[in-house]
Amino acid sequence: MTPKTLYEKIWDSHIVEQREDGSCLIYIDRHLVHEVTSPQAFEGLRLAGRRVRRPDLTLAVADHNLPTTARVDSEGRRLPIADPASAEQLSTLEANVAEFAIPYIEATAAEQGIVHVVGPEQGFTLPGTTLVCGDSHTAAHGALGALAFGIGTSEVEHVLATQTLILKRSKTMEIRVEGKIGFGVSPKDVVLAVIGEIGAAGAAGHVIEYRGDTFDTMSIEGRLTVANMSIEAGARSGLFAADEKTFAYLKGRPMAPQGEDWERSVARWRDLRSDDGARFDRVVRLDASAIAPSVTWGTSPDDVLPITGRVPDPESFADPARRESAQKALDYMGLTAGTALEDIWIEHVFIGSCTNSRIEDLREAANVVRGRRVDLHVKQALVVPGSGLVKSQAEAEGLDRIFIEAGFEWREPGCSMCLAMNPDKVPPRERCASTSNRNFVGRQGPGARTHLLSPAMAAAAAVNGRLTDVRELIG
Amino acid sequence: MSDSSRIQGRAYPLGRANVDTDVIIPAAHLKTITRAGLGRYAFDTVRAEVGNVFDDPRFAGAPILIAGDNFGCGSSREHAAWALADLGIRAVIAPSFADIFASNAFKNGIVTVALPQSAIDRLLAVAEADEIEVDLETMSVTTPLQDRYAFSLDPFRRRCLLEGLDEIALTLASESAIRTYEANTGI
Ligand code: SF4
Repeated sequence: MTPKTLYEKIWDSHIVEQREDGSCLIYIDRHLVHEVTSPQAFEGLRLAGRRVRRPDLTLAVADHNLPTTARVDSEGRRLPIADPASAEQLSTLEANVAEFAIPYIEATAAEQGIVHVVGPEQGFTLPGTTLVCGDSHTAAHGALGALAFGIGTSEVEHVLATQTLILKRSKTMEIRVEGKIGFGVSPKDVVLAVIGEIGAAGAAGHVIEYRGDTFDTMSIEGRLTVANMSIEAGARSGLFAADEKTFAYLKGRPMAPQGEDWERSVARWRDLRSDDGARFDRVVRLDASAIAPSVTWGTSPDDVLPITGRVPDPESFADPARRESAQKALDYMGLTAGTALEDIWIEHVFIGSCTNSRIEDLREAANVVRGRRVDLHVKQALVVPGSGLVKSQAEAEGLDRIFIEAGFEWREPGCSMCLAMNPDKVPPRERCASTSNRNFVGRQGPGARTHLLSPAMAAAAAVNGRLTDVRELIG
Repeated sequence: MSDSSRIQGRAYPLGRANVDTDVIIPAAHLKTITRAGLGRYAFDTVRAEVGNVFDDPRFAGAPILIAGDNFGCGSSREHAAWALADLGIRAVIAPSFADIFASNAFKNGIVTVALPQSAIDRLLAVAEADEIEVDLETMSVTTPLQDRYAFSLDPFRRRCLLEGLDEIALTLASESAIRTYEANTGI
């Protein structure tokens, strides 16, 4: 038999129908739903008189709009959401899940959180499954060996109605990273290096598989960070083979298989890796030891450099289009070519988002913050755990005290300042060191300036009030 | 020739690369629960620039947009496609498109036409003064100045665009195959 890649194995086992025009009807095992990209899909179903085919394979949770301030009063009563449009989006989701009988995690439940933190945490995300959500960072779930990708609202409606999607096979790209990552370097730096290497559209049309010993030794949390940002390199999905770490992570999760069913599943999942000799359409190799703690300077995630670098001169880019976009980026970011990245002052720090809001991320940041204070120059430093369960775990470990004593605000879980749909926004022309995934123009609020970095680097920036090489503060 | 197969008119010569979905429609406008009315918020941040193409009366109501590489990168928000459609845009011409955006665009009847950068550069120049035509039947982009560029379209998407097919209804016709798959896999 011809050796297959992991992607081909999952794809082939989900073909319901192959069509003459080359498209395939693909079965979708898991569907995550949130409040922003679903209202029009449910409305579409209603208008056409259609039902949800498999509510049991669907899970809904609100995350984008929820304020990160207290959600219940001292007597446990739910507090209203001040912004009427946000409140309406939430109540629309609640009405829809009730009408279509879809399992739903309440906004005030302990399990509530960012959809991409909740899926793995609940064991809803499983190896070898196809998983979709109306959100581009769905790629994250690939960390557990699921073929996971973001879809638009029309596709959300299509999955709700049919539990399938009409798709075309993607090309495959192996990203192989070998070696031990250096001191102070985190999975975020690894994925930023990958994006810097191949570019923001570098993996368009491809599904990435992350391979090599750097990833083999990486924790599931780290893999979630890496897979999450696959879309920032243009890939709809990023995959990791399932291994002992995957099984250990999932064992006993509420929605994962239990008992004998668990044993049978693990036996099946062991085959979820690319066969020896499997061919990828493209192979990219990176040396882990060459990766430094990194930070973005521009308005695209591939505008990334080691923290020891300087803001580039737009004239240094050979491509005229690149030169123009670099100049635009510097103007927007309020930066001058040649400035040392470590000399860039910041007013905001955001530790959170589906990229970096899991327990390991918070531990990594707290480790830097412990015994230190947020610099006086910093107006707001937020820690927003990815879910209620992450939050309570962090509190059990005393991480909340470390952050609060240092001058951070400790918030309720949600997307928050990652995309500024709730009240957590970076004001115009102010600068934020952020552990999120996008530094686009206006992403964290109109006119906001974003520098993407790891949780440890964000913590270091908070302590010094400027972008900082975290290696100066630890060790 | 059906009306839906030809898109003819002025084109916004936006040109720039990596136009992300936050630029097409910022998150502040995603709180809607309908598809309608997003056009007026489209390209908010571009519109803040002096001399931008969207406020240039020469291009008002143009059905075509010309942009650079990686158009529509970023989020999966279909609001980006809804905003373009609401603005009256029926075709976007660029060297490349982000995957999710291309799929969202198609589902809203917007054609994504991929052409090499050299063709884009020429069309950007032509668009300053002349109309452009995108023909789905012949899969070509033409100008009154005798330019002609062929493009390719996924056959399934082309059929849906030309015939206005309801994808969900199409899939529901495969109900027995879906049921068989579920039975075989025990899902
Ligand atoms: S945290 Fe940010 S990237 Fe992740 S789902 Fe929420 S808005 Fe999207």
